[in-house]
Amino acid sequence: MSLNNAFTGLLSHQRVFVILGPYGSGKTEIAINLAGMLARDGRRAALADLDIVNPYFRSREKEDILKAAGIRLIAPDKATWAADLPAVPPEILTLIQDDSLTGVLDVGGDKGSVVLAAFSEALLALDSAVWYVINQSRLGAQSPREALGLLREIEARARLPVTGLINNTHLLGETTLKTIMAVAEYTWELSARSGLPLVFNGIQESLAPDLTLPEPILPLALVMKRPWE
Amino acid sequence: MQKELWKGNEAIAEAAVRAGCRAYFGYPITPQNEIPEYMSVRMPEAGGVFVQAESEIAAINMVYGAAAAGVRAMTSSSSPGISLKQEGISYLIGAELPAVIVNMMRGGPGLGTIQAGQADYFQATRSPGHGDGRMIVLAPSGIQEAADLVAEAFDLADIYRNPVMILADGMIGQMMEPIVWHERKPAELPPKDWAALGREGDGRTHFVTSLRLQSAENEVFNQQLMGKYQQIARDEVRWEAIDCQDAQIIIVAYGTTARICQSAARKLKQEGIRVGVFRPIGLWPYPYEALRKLAEQDTVRSVLTVEMSLGQMVEDVRLAVCGVKPTPFYGRTGGMIPETEQVADQVHQILREVKA
Repeated sequence: MSLNNAFTGLLSHQRVFVILGPYGSGKTEIAINLAGMLARDGRRAALADLDIVNPYFRSREKEDILKAAGIRLIAPDKATWAADLPAVPPEILTLIQDDSLTGVLDVGGDKGSVVLAAFSEALLALDSAVWYVINQSRLGAQSPREALGLLREIEARARLPVTGLINNTHLLGETTLKTIMAVAEYTWELSARSGLPLVFNGIQESLAPDLTLPEPILPLALVMKRPWE
Repeated sequence: MQKELWKGNEAIAEAAVRAGCRAYFGYPITPQNEIPEYMSVRMPEAGGVFVQAESEIAAINMVYGAAAAGVRAMTSSSSPGISLKQEGISYLIGAELPAVIVNMMRGGPGLGTIQAGQADYFQATRSPGHGDGRMIVLAPSGIQEAADLVAEAFDLADIYRNPVMILADGMIGQMMEPIVWHERKPAELPPKDWAALGREGDGRTHFVTSLRLQSAENEVFNQQLMGKYQQIARDEVRWEAIDCQDAQIIIVAYGTTARICQSAARKLKQEGIRVGVFRPIGLWPYPYEALRKLAEQDTVRSVLTVEMSLGQMVEDVRLAVCGVKPTPFYGRTGGMIPETEQVADQVHQILREVKA
């Protein structure tokens, strides 16, 4: 699949895309799918697993899928790979320094954004995209006011201002078109309050064809499945 | 009511607060850290107490103190941490104190891994601490059920004046599912007229202890406990039987493993194989009678147990089935989770052997 026009514009301006947000907002699915888009567009794509808070459901578990999609995985080495240690892969610097590489930073939720603080100057100098994932059905995201409070906390820890919002509102397998349409006003208000543009919507690929939204849609092929799915 | 997406550990913590838990004591360990993290914020909001104790042992003894004062109290940990709490659990039983303990099991033995496991079944159901004690053990297989069972656990603890354990594997703690928060009708609970809150005019010192130095008295106490446990074994049995009527094979599993087995059963059904899943929700007391009756059906060729262990619950399955049908076992261990295909393969193999 080639990039649709909306995404070509969106992804062509920048080389590094930082995906951050609250716990369980769906950052990893967004990051993996976004990296897939970059790879399919013929770019040398990498995905950096910077999750230092979650013990399960981390992008490093999907090394095979990423490799098959032509995406280079940047993750802690095998010795600490399966541990609950706040280990940051040193290879992250390759992504920051190598101009021929494009990549997505998959950052842990909430307090996990602190991992970015050490790289914030470099990421700012690169004019990186810093995109914040919102899922209205998750904790602390019910109202735009609450969601904005959490956003400001997370970006303060990251020492990196958020540059755009990604709406990823879903209820896993119970998501319907109604779930997505019901938050249109919410995302509009959050965007207005924060002064941040809604850059795109992440929508499960089974629902994406039936939707028309003012902003671009990233159809998500879900990979972080539960063991029985 | 609107559905919300909750992670297991968060939902368990929130359910406890909603159930009136006002004292939480814990110590960090993966994969249950979201429980103390959530409680550290939520407990003060609810007017309760949160303490990150200096150890798991300290935390369970703080639970003892709060419970003795009549407060709904909880602690949580994962396998190695739960081992450390065993002495305290025995003291809670010996002092007849209500409390809720969450074990988000990981792969053992020792420090093992941080991935999901179910190898603490023996510890929870056979021997909570030392002595003749028993403990109600509830095993959720989804986030909605986890939240609902936490509320129930606090009621059961108060009704029977005994600790209750929520026994789940790490996957239940770490995964997310959409849930609804139900309004619960408050249960009819006995007054806590034993709580150590001063004499309050009744002229009797409320003394909470598990020390009974006169052996004859201690034996009488143990016999009273036995009476209580017999009542629990009669009245508090919980299970779910999915498509077990006229099944050829019954798979017995709990927690995450039960979800995997249900998935395998659906797959096998498409091949024309009738597979039922028997899911104990309470692990103690165990649903022996219900399982025995289902296993006795003429259609049933075999009762397969699947666990994330080397074979623990299978001993209860064998007690229930009592030799009337074969009771094979399949397990993954050390943090490995069985796959749907592997369970289906086991069923195929059993059917081949039965026909041979």
